[in-house]
Amino acid sequence: MSRITREEVAKLAELARLDLPESELDEYAKQLEIILESVAKVGEVSTKDVKPMSHATGLVNVFREDVTKESLSRDEILRSAPATEDDRFRVPRILDEE
Amino acid sequence: MSTYDQAIKKYDPVLGLETHVELSTNSKMFCGCSTEFGADPNKQTCPTCLGLPGSLPVANAIGIESTIRIGLALNCSIASYSRFARKNYFYPDMPKDFQTSQYDEPLCSNGYLDVLVDTDEGTKTFRVEIERVHLEEDTGKLTHAGGATGRIHGADYSLVDYNRAGIPLVEIVTKPVPDTGEYAPLVAKAYVTELRDLLRGLNVSDVRMEEGSLRCDVNLSLTPKGSKTWGTRTETKNVNSLRSVERAIRSEIERQSLELDKGNKIKQETRHFQEDTGTTRSGRSKVVAEEYRYFPEPDLVPIAPDKAWIEKLKKALPEQPSIRRTRLAKEWGFTDLEMRDVATLGGVDLIAQTIEQGTSPASARKWWAGELSGHASKADLELIDLKITPTDVARIDALVNEGKLTDKLARQVIEAVLNGEGNPDEVIKKRNLAVVSDDSALIPAIEAAIAANPDAAAKIREGKVQVVGVIVGAVMKTTGGSADAAKVRELVLKTLGQ
Amino acid sequence: MSDLTKLSAVELSGELSKGSVSAVEVTKAHLDRINSLDKSVQSFLHVDNAGALKQAEEVDKNRKENKKVSALAGVPLALKDVLTQKGIPTTCGSKILEGWIPPYDSTVVKNLKNAGIVILGKTNMDEFAMGSSTENSAYFPTKNPWDLTKIPGGSSGGSSAAVSAFFAPLGIGTDTGGSIRQPAAVTGIVGAKPSYGGVSRFGLVAFASSLDQAGPFARTVLDCAMLHEVMAGHDPLDSTSINQPVPDVVKAAQLQDVKGMKIGIIKELGGDGWQNGVLNRFNESVELLKSMGAQVKEISIPHSLYALATYYLIAPSEASSNLARFDGMRYGLRVDDGNLSAEEVMNKTREKGFGKEVKRRIMIGTYALSSGYYDAYYAQAQKVRALIAQDLTNAFKEVDVLISPTSPTTAWGLGERVNDPMAMYLADLATLPPSLAGIPAMSVPIGLADEDKLPVGLQIIAPFMNDDRMYRVGGAIEASLKTKWNGLLIDQAPALGGAK
Repeated sequence: MSRITREEVAKLAELARLDLPESELDEYAKQLEIILESVAKVGEVSTKDVKPMSHATGLVNVFREDVTKESLSRDEILRSAPATEDDRFRVPRILDEE
Repeated sequence: MSTYDQAIKKYDPVLGLETHVELSTNSKMFCGCSTEFGADPNKQTCPTCLGLPGSLPVANAIGIESTIRIGLALNCSIASYSRFARKNYFYPDMPKDFQTSQYDEPLCSNGYLDVLVDTDEGTKTFRVEIERVHLEEDTGKLTHAGGATGRIHGADYSLVDYNRAGIPLVEIVTKPVPDTGEYAPLVAKAYVTELRDLLRGLNVSDVRMEEGSLRCDVNLSLTPKGSKTWGTRTETKNVNSLRSVERAIRSEIERQSLELDKGNKIKQETRHFQEDTGTTRSGRSKVVAEEYRYFPEPDLVPIAPDKAWIEKLKKALPEQPSIRRTRLAKEWGFTDLEMRDVATLGGVDLIAQTIEQGTSPASARKWWAGELSGHASKADLELIDLKITPTDVARIDALVNEGKLTDKLARQVIEAVLNGEGNPDEVIKKRNLAVVSDDSALIPAIEAAIAANPDAAAKIREGKVQVVGVIVGAVMKTTGGSADAAKVRELVLKTLGQ
Repeated sequence: MSDLTKLSAVELSGELSKGSVSAVEVTKAHLDRINSLDKSVQSFLHVDNAGALKQAEEVDKNRKENKKVSALAGVPLALKDVLTQKGIPTTCGSKILEGWIPPYDSTVVKNLKNAGIVILGKTNMDEFAMGSSTENSAYFPTKNPWDLTKIPGGSSGGSSAAVSAFFAPLGIGTDTGGSIRQPAAVTGIVGAKPSYGGVSRFGLVAFASSLDQAGPFARTVLDCAMLHEVMAGHDPLDSTSINQPVPDVVKAAQLQDVKGMKIGIIKELGGDGWQNGVLNRFNESVELLKSMGAQVKEISIPHSLYALATYYLIAPSEASSNLARFDGMRYGLRVDDGNLSAEEVMNKTREKGFGKEVKRRIMIGTYALSSGYYDAYYAQAQKVRALIAQDLTNAFKEVDVLISPTSPTTAWGLGERVNDPMAMYLADLATLPPSLAGIPAMSVPIGLADEDKLPVGLQIIAPFMNDDRMYRVGGAIEASLKTKWNGLLIDQAPALGGAK
């Protein structure tokens, strides 16, 4: 079981978009390590030829018909927004290009 | 020797294309919101496509069916068990901060599409192999405010409209296409053209590149001649017209070859095509390295299409565009070259629909591939995006044949229709463009012309019919060209007792 | 204590249909009790006084006009703040959703409204349902009405506390790894997690999509079954909803007979590390079931030993993705000084808006799904999950239901485990295997532990979509213990201060 370093915690936080304070990295590292050590126990089980189970229902092919339904009122959805402009959600400048 | 020719002499390009197609379903992929283009911002949204807490997706049956049909038309195998996966990354245009997509279990895989390209040794078929066809959801639309360019870079803030979020998007990914040499740009363009016609034939998408319902990313690498290992590839985004596909590849071949010539390495990166310069530019590198953490979407259940369903869809597929074109060329009496020109222009369906309205194939081709394609290229549009319908064209052609429009007038009518002034009949009425063939309207003009040209009139009366042109010309002048010259000639002769 | 708040849902239903009391009177009685006593329990995040009375008036009007109303029409209920109710704040116990007003009803709420059940308000919970004590609520911890220095269980501790404090005869919780059963057990009431897909998840703010399931709380098994019946049923808005008739849980709850039933004791759940008082009550229940004619035997679920590790990989992985949307762009909290980029706003909003346990789980999930770790963690966990489910399927070839203590201990002291995540996780040991398998399970009170005189629960587990079986066993035990105690266990709970 690999030890979780401060740097790894920082990287996880970056991926998960959490601006963790520097001062808390060590504490998180310690806690995550204990948890990861414990969950690593799944590795002890032999799972050769076992199909992963992603849900319990066994359902397949659940579709809806291609018909339109009434949308929400725009006022209602924009009311909860932190900022709006011109009937759109206003967000701060974006650095990453997609 | 041009930069391009030098590059091709030293390097072999390897192509790859990722095409995104917005399906033309009535409702979005995972909710019942309308997909109609051009609605007011955020009017077509609900808890699911806004990713509101607690909302859940349910897959649109036609979205699944259309994807399978595309796969079948591209000769793919259809998975017996397929799943949606979550592609996790944060971006303001993505309401859930993950995209519902497909990862290692796509609906369709391993197909191909053959395309024809004119080469120095005649027409050659290139086979473009298809890696996968999968289904995902589109993102919202960002508008960047402030800053000089309206682009993301330098903007003060951005505005998001989620009407587009959740519209079904099919991604068609080719395998790397080697051995196209100098024809790489043409093969790419022919592939996208062929794909567009195939999708249009399937009636699964509007395939309008300028509305974004067909979008292209181009991968390219160069391999030094004789080398066995492919070079580092770049991915160029925003390639959103057929012409741009060709230009983007050409410019990327040139750019990469110059870098390699200088002894530089090609950086594996995302680049952006710029319409204005026809070149690509480097995207800014990401703040966080890509790590999408794909896993099966637990809110959706697997897709397991049964064989009977697939067989049924296969049987109902329309004729492949290339086969259809061969058949139509024969029916219409077009040469191979004429037909390929028409296909490249995206005019096959338009011509077919014009012919259905009674126009002869030769005339239909003349209007679309001649007059109208000129207008399209001037406006940088596709033929289908011109604001004129096959019905309009057929009507104009009929009026010309009936002698009610001259070619010159017909061109004016076309211009007016393209300007949005109405259908041909409305335009003719509004602009008073019809050929004047009404005798009573012409008689005063003819009488005036005879009075103005007594010598010529006298000669005609004497039987020297050949001078009639003088009087006809005068009539045409006074009527501003709107008269039917043959009719005028007939009337002049009649008036002068011939 | 007002007499009306003492009554069960079934009793209230009887009075309401006789017309001896109005829905408004019933609702007022419960609101009065909440408004005077909840300051010591702190079970509600939001009490909807006006809205509840309006719903009650509607029910009374319908009754007066002789319109057909459902059996539970006019009966009040406490709703966990993780299910959306149009126009009513939904916070999930998190600061990141403070101020968010959902523009739509969850299917569960729609079903409640259709049945005329009066929703009194939204109850406290561990933030995003992550926890076993309700101390992870970003607002305040809820107290156990049995002992205000103890936890009420979690994550649905607000609802379990509200029902056990007689603030409402019915409550709704959600259960991902035990979040209904464990709070029910430690507050001495009944709580059930239906089969996965039995109750629609539409409008349930997701923690772990493949495990989350909403379910009922009540003080009696029959009340619980009646609410279960209202909540359950196929929903076309939830792709994982089961399109089958709801098992007849109400009839099963009324049978009060386990003669001939085969009951399996899960061998792995008990023994060292389990509180003696819990085990004593459990062993007595086993004897009781035998005396009622059930055939009881021990049965092994070998892979249940790995349930904790499996669960704490799968649930955080799904959570890391489900909770990504809380980014300050469209709703809820946004931390912005006006000069930040979108990326920085997301980072700061999430750092400030989420509590530590949520952040820990998001990071664990992010880790388990990352390339290079996916196969060893997430994919492996999904395989072990399949083995646990297979063990349970095999067990049900031999027995009709399985039983275990619901939780290894009784309610612990507030603050005792907050800095020790692993100790907190251990509370779910027995409830996790059925969660992973998606099968129904419930907790019924079986007495007080000798050491601390705090409630102990019995977990009853049934096969997929055979939810009725657990109600049959639960109903029979309850009837037998009721005779023995001359009332329900909850009647032994100390009256809250001021209510004496």
